[in-house]
Amino acid sequence: MTKNITVRYFAGFREHAGIDKETIAVEASTAADVYKKLQHRHGSAEPLGHCKVAINDQMADWDAAVSDGDTVLLFPPVAGG
Amino acid sequence: MRITADRINPDELRNELVDAAAGAYVGFEGWIRNHNEGEQVLRLEYEVYEPLALAEGAKVIAEAVEKFPLLHAECVHRSGALDIGECAVWVGVTSAHRDEAFAACRFIIDQVKVRLPIWKKEHYVDGHSGWVNCERCAEHGHTHPEAVSS
Repeated sequence: MTKNITVRYFAGFREHAGIDKETIAVEASTAADVYKKLQHRHGSAEPLGHCKVAINDQMADWDAAVSDGDTVLLFPPVAGG
Repeated sequence: MRITADRINPDELRNELVDAAAGAYVGFEGWIRNHNEGEQVLRLEYEVYEPLALAEGAKVIAEAVEKFPLLHAECVHRSGALDIGECAVWVGVTSAHRDEAFAACRFIIDQVKVRLPIWKKEHYVDGHSGWVNCERCAEHGHTHPEAVSS
């Protein structure tokens, strides 16, 4: 089923996409589906396991379900400290 | 957990933890060094997604308090542009005895580095720059010819 998802990009993902967010209509059940559908956007060959995701400002697992109207935040590999 | 765009002052932060019941204080300061993986670093920038960095950092500190018998635990991380030698992150813990203070301080900094949505962009002496830990992200975008430009 097609869902309207707002996607936010950070750090390297944002630089590659050239935008910090967009709303897309996408066939996706999980956060991982969204990541894979948008690979052309964030331009990352990073394995999912190196990246993190949040849904509606809550840290989430990649297999978490996405719903119509959700905001999915795609986090490239973190490097604090 | 705090995120700040201002210079971190470890002495002031340490003084906030002073407690007559504490027998040990362990502090950790992460500094900006002038080299990384063979590259000479000129300066760097931290990008922080503050709402979740604060929430996840608070979770890490709560986990430390649960795991170790601590009196106080705090962590402050910088955002924005930093020069070589500046303090990027500070962790301070107090406890009755030193073993748990060392262990908890180590636990907090290790978790903060891998869990908080914080990214580090290094600017090198030779003029190029790169996101640390993100070798296959934006800098290599040219390897994805299908990329949509916008």
